Amino acid sequence: MGRYVIRRLLQMIPVFIGSTFLIFFMVYALGDPVAALFGDRAPDPATAAQIRKDLYLDEPLWKQYLHYMGQIFQGDFGTAFNGQPVTELMADAWPVTVRLTLVAIAFEILIGITLGVLSGLRRGRAIDTTVLLLSLIVISIPTFVSGYVLQYLCGIKWNTVSPTVSPDAPLNELLLPGVVVGLVSLAYVTRLTRTSIAENVRADYVRTALAKGLPRHRVITRHLLRNSLIPVVTFIGTDIGGLMGGALVTERIFNIHGVGYQLYQGVLRQNSPTVVGFVTVLVLVFLVANLLVDLLYAVLDPRIRYA
Amino acid sequence: MRGVRRAKWAVCGLAAAMVAAGCGGGGGDSGGGGDGTGTVRSSWGDPQNPLEPANTNEVQGGKVLDMIFRGLKRYDPKTGKAQDMLAQKIETRDSQNYTVTIKKGWTFQNGEKVTAKSFVDAWNYGALLDNKQKNAYFFEYIKGYDKVHPTSGKASAKTLSGLQVKNDTTFTVQLTQKFSTWPETLGYAAFAPLPRAFFDDHDAWVSKPVGNGPYRVDSYKKGTSMRLKKWDKYGGPDKAQNGGVELRVYTDVGTAYTDLQGGNLDLADDIPAAQLKNVKQDLGDRYINQPAGIIQTLTFPMYDKRWNTADSEKVRRGLSMAIDREQITERIFEKTRTPATDWTSPVLGADGGYKAGLCGDACEYDPKKAKQLIEEGGGLPGGKMTITYNADTGSHKDWVDAVCNSINNALDKENACVGTSIGTFADFRNKITDRQMRGPFRAGWQMDYPLIQNFLQPMFYTNASSNDGGYSSEEFDGLVDRANAETDRAKAVSLFQDAEKVLAKDMPGIPLWYQNGNAGYSDRLSDVRLNAFSVPVYNEIKVS
Repeated sequence: MGRYVIRRLLQMIPVFIGSTFLIFFMVYALGDPVAALFGDRAPDPATAAQIRKDLYLDEPLWKQYLHYMGQIFQGDFGTAFNGQPVTELMADAWPVTVRLTLVAIAFEILIGITLGVLSGLRRGRAIDTTVLLLSLIVISIPTFVSGYVLQYLCGIKWNTVSPTVSPDAPLNELLLPGVVVGLVSLAYVTRLTRTSIAENVRADYVRTALAKGLPRHRVITRHLLRNSLIPVVTFIGTDIGGLMGGALVTERIFNIHGVGYQLYQGVLRQNSPTVVGFVTVLVLVFLVANLLVDLLYAVLDPRIRYA
Repeated sequence: MRGVRRAKWAVCGLAAAMVAAGCGGGGGDSGGGGDGTGTVRSSWGDPQNPLEPANTNEVQGGKVLDMIFRGLKRYDPKTGKAQDMLAQKIETRDSQNYTVTIKKGWTFQNGEKVTAKSFVDAWNYGALLDNKQKNAYFFEYIKGYDKVHPTSGKASAKTLSGLQVKNDTTFTVQLTQKFSTWPETLGYAAFAPLPRAFFDDHDAWVSKPVGNGPYRVDSYKKGTSMRLKKWDKYGGPDKAQNGGVELRVYTDVGTAYTDLQGGNLDLADDIPAAQLKNVKQDLGDRYINQPAGIIQTLTFPMYDKRWNTADSEKVRRGLSMAIDREQITERIFEKTRTPATDWTSPVLGADGGYKAGLCGDACEYDPKKAKQLIEEGGGLPGGKMTITYNADTGSHKDWVDAVCNSINNALDKENACVGTSIGTFADFRNKITDRQMRGPFRAGWQMDYPLIQNFLQPMFYTNASSNDGGYSSEEFDGLVDRANAETDRAKAVSLFQDAEKVLAKDMPGIPLWYQNGNAGYSDRLSDVRLNAFSVPVYNEIKVS
């Protein structure tokens, strides 16, 4: 187990280096950002040269990359154009997005798995068909549509919640955006759970458990659900990265100042330190989430062992 | 037990949130009645640069500077005319050497006195190359600028030799050329005075700027919001009529508009294009649509020989005639643009140099004559042309396609003109400064100060800082020089207009339309107005 974790952690290093280089290269390929800082006016060459020098933009790409990596290992992610250190931006943005993601995941797990279990146990009946239809509808609606529609209905028409999220992003204001972020994944979680449950409900161990006279709810939660959750956990694990990336659209709609917002601003203003820094952390989150998922397998199914 | 406690916490959290929301929303109502204590909640965009006067070159940062600073002059919010603010008098005999006397009694918000030195230090800081100020060029007319801000290499002096402090209230300025309207440029934020605190602890100052205007910064969270409070000790004539302004950063103008409708916001000063159709119905009288000091043009690459032949001014004039400005501003911009008939802006007023129709028949839609002129001039180079724009901001594609359509119709050819996009604004600007354009490209000019000089010289004077098309005309340059040297204001303006007539003849850039400022506000507010720079005049807004 310990060796497995170390091996996995070591594997992250080349992935980390490769992905940062790719992102760095792509942002660089967008062109020189300094000209845009001067608006519609031609940049003053002397000032532009000074700014380029400060931002290390006057060096060849490989040197810039080495310099950047050197900085990162000292915990310095560079400075955004407005003079703010990127680490400061991260400290502001990450907690908000993490909270939003947690709301979305809690929503997925609570509602998605419940619906999945219900429809899996009542295969072919009315409730199964209704859930199937609902999840198909939800899957087919893009996030930005559901975002704007829910915002309009709940925020303006019925006036039940604030249409946008205030700067501190308290949990109660994040409920609606969280639902919007998690909606599509929720449908997938429901479908996955349903299929998995429907498959396992006829398994021998379930019949044995029932024959032993265990109470029904215990059979479902301890035996059936635990064994059926493996594909669902895999999905949710890989989805964490996706949710954080997908928050880009939702954060814009609800004016949430999280990772999506910073990335959007970074791309719009070609601010390479911001973009590369945030994406690098996203990559790390994705890698760690995948590792956790793999480790969770062993918890759910003791037959799975790591060496 | 534990469960109960948790539930209590949840309830408390909810209650706290509701109280907070109540304060934000209802604070004005309870303390209202226009007694000047309500807070204006206004939309904001994240400023691109640190908030330093000489480093702020876009509207969002400028908005804040306009609230927390007062300089020697201020542009009247209604007329746009430069009026004395801190300046007692600005005297000159030769339009080149000026003596500035400032009023006594002004202080910064930290108690420090505003003296002649506050100005001179601030200007020296703004001009010095090492400080990388994006508005450094504002000081280029002051003697010694070439030393503190050489075009390449290092600065050989730290201060401008043309600036001399005489005593606490007087300083002198020596310019490198005659420039009669120079005092009127001093209302621009780059010329604001700075307190010692700015130089002593720069980082602290930038994170919470201290100025001398009607508002002081209460809290500033970069990228999120800024709270400004009315500064009670402000001694100027334009005291704030409300208790403060909360600027909230919006990631999207559409979201700000949604919040305005939802009663979560009081003032949105950018109406999303998609909502222009509904805005009148939604807001009625609370929608503002008025000219701003912005003109949009199509600039020709005069450095490209194909566009600069002996007869090509006929082609350029013909193209201008082929554009149906009226229809495009109405259908695509929902009348938030006004067809342009000169190279300035209506905000200047007739006294300031705006003259409707100065461009003459070259700016009037006449497809028949357009075709004839273009053919006389030898036709489009290679029979085809492109109009270049950037695809990332604004919805430029719509109007560029419409302009091309209009040209194609006039020429009776299907694909004579096509739009071509460049992915990002930065790349677009790079291609322009590298002179890689092979056909006309979109250009926008937002004035720095409401002067006719500012609309003509930077863009069309030989080798001027924003002369992107590389236009050069001895006749035009001569007239601008004479106008700058002319001390009589009316004569200077008429000389500038003569220079404009040269543009009408040569047509190095086609004036398309004047851009308006758009804003909408909630029914809590009254006396909302945009100034000539299309920035809301915050200190005059009343909250009820």
